[in-house]
Amino acid sequence: MPTEPAELVVISGKGGTGKTSIVASFAALADNMVLADCDVDAADLHLVMDPKVVRRENFSGGKRARIMSGHCTACGKCEEVCRFDAVFFDGPGNGRVDKTFRVDPVACEGCGVCAWFCDYDAIEFASVVNGQWFVSQTRHGPMVHAKLGVAEENSGKLVSTVRKAAGAIAAERNMELVLIDGSPGIGCPVIASITGADAVLIVTEPTLSGLHDLGRVADVVAHFGIEPMVCVNKWDLNPEIAAEIERQAHQRGLKVTGRVRYDRAVTDAQVRRQSVVEYQDGGCAADIREVWSIVRDVVSE
Amino acid sequence: MKIAVASGKGGTGKTTVATNLALTAAAAGSSVSYLDCDVEEPNGAVFLKPEITETRPVEVSIPEVDQDKCSSCGLCGQICQYGAIVPVEGQVLVFGELCHGCGGCWLVCPTGAITESCRETGRVELGTSGEVHCVQGLLNIGEAMSPPVISAVKDAARETDLLIMDSPPGTSCPVIESIRDSDFVLLVTEPTPFGLNDLKLAVEMVRALKLPFGVVINRSDVGDGETVAYCRQNHIDVSASLPDDRRVAEAYSRGEPACKAMPEYHKLYEDLLQRIARGDKQRRDGSREQSS
Repeated sequence: MPTEPAELVVISGKGGTGKTSIVASFAALADNMVLADCDVDAADLHLVMDPKVVRRENFSGGKRARIMSGHCTACGKCEEVCRFDAVFFDGPGNGRVDKTFRVDPVACEGCGVCAWFCDYDAIEFASVVNGQWFVSQTRHGPMVHAKLGVAEENSGKLVSTVRKAAGAIAAERNMELVLIDGSPGIGCPVIASITGADAVLIVTEPTLSGLHDLGRVADVVAHFGIEPMVCVNKWDLNPEIAAEIERQAHQRGLKVTGRVRYDRAVTDAQVRRQSVVEYQDGGCAADIREVWSIVRDVVSE
Repeated sequence: MKIAVASGKGGTGKTTVATNLALTAAAAGSSVSYLDCDVEEPNGAVFLKPEITETRPVEVSIPEVDQDKCSSCGLCGQICQYGAIVPVEGQVLVFGELCHGCGGCWLVCPTGAITESCRETGRVELGTSGEVHCVQGLLNIGEAMSPPVISAVKDAARETDLLIMDSPPGTSCPVIESIRDSDFVLLVTEPTPFGLNDLKLAVEMVRALKLPFGVVINRSDVGDGETVAYCRQNHIDVSASLPDDRRVAEAYSRGEPACKAMPEYHKLYEDLLQRIARGDKQRRDGSREQSS
């Protein structure tokens, strides 16, 4: 009987700790896996996966208001009810008034209140396409990824869309694992990537910033009922802090999955559009292989 | 002058640049504020170690429903775009974490059953680090939306000559909120394929907001030459290039600002401040000429 695929999400709290580089290597080492790039507003995994897009879908995160200046009577009701400073009195004149009101699409929160209360039906409130998502083939298996439009909102919803699509492909093709590259921070895109996941790995770095941020992101993961694993990347930049991070992780009851050393080969591999385990066997690649064997065992429990 | 420090890719050196700029400006006698707008994972305090003098809660609006006054008309559920207020059998449920505070439901309610209430989403901390005024925000654990806390950080700032806004990574709504009313944006990048990919997204973002900007290339001797070529081809000013210096990385790991650990870095940051000030003056003179 086919079992449901397990979801492993890799996050970091602090940006730049090496999530994407490590996920790329995990993708090369894992069998039977679907990749999901859930870092939708700064996606990079595709740069080393060479995806061939087989399906492309528009994403609509919400609606936006647009004042049809021809109908506007400049009564100002929209500006009065807008709580997001998105309405400006600088639209073009029409036959009746010299100036009309205008909605700034960047500031518009898509709440629809202006459109609801406009007495003149002058405000169009419609769904907007604010991103795209893709299903692709890579040398390591299928990959779902996305691009959120610049200055757009609702990345959490796009993250959920990508995750759901990856899960569906994995279930369809009887694959064991959905491997998710998450985003930095602790807000809605991160929450959307971890809720209901089977396993979470936090990749951190041996710095006071990394230690501080690990505390917060581990709190968020715990808040959603999951016990994350922790891995210190670039550990040799500060062995004392690396050890302190691992000590605090143990104290919290979190599994430490090993450490990865700092290695310029990660960048050399990236420039060649490869993951570091495909580029070399030694150095940090050996460390990542060991981390993967521990993580994989935890996920398949 | 308000300078925002943003990036696109995480970990390129925003906090490094922002804190060192603030310290350098203060050392030169400017009145300066450092605002940590990365309210999800603020790190400025690791380097500036401010003495906190005040903490304020950040509250956001949510609806409060008096079920006795509710006429079950369902309009609140209809107007809400976020699923934050949901009329069900005999009562109205409120999901505060989904609420964007638009006010639609209490405006539309015909019986006055819905009033505006509030809940805490984070906090703002004010303090000083030597001569630098510091404001940092912290989003509460489990909260999804950072813009209200970011906005509170900016509102709490003093009116100093120079304000430096340390932004979160990325290109979506938290960054937009952090940078949108700045006078100049510094985009910090690293010259790697990931760095360049995200820099291009960040450039699109600042252009969409019509903000003047420059690029700081951090760890400039790693990776490849594509980032420099991209800036040249697109007439983008490289405001500074910082070398890949392991001493900086090690000082950073210990929470020590580069210009304190290695005084020769003071000059780099002084030059950067002067370059930004010159650019700002040129833009002001240019627009004065245009309007006269």
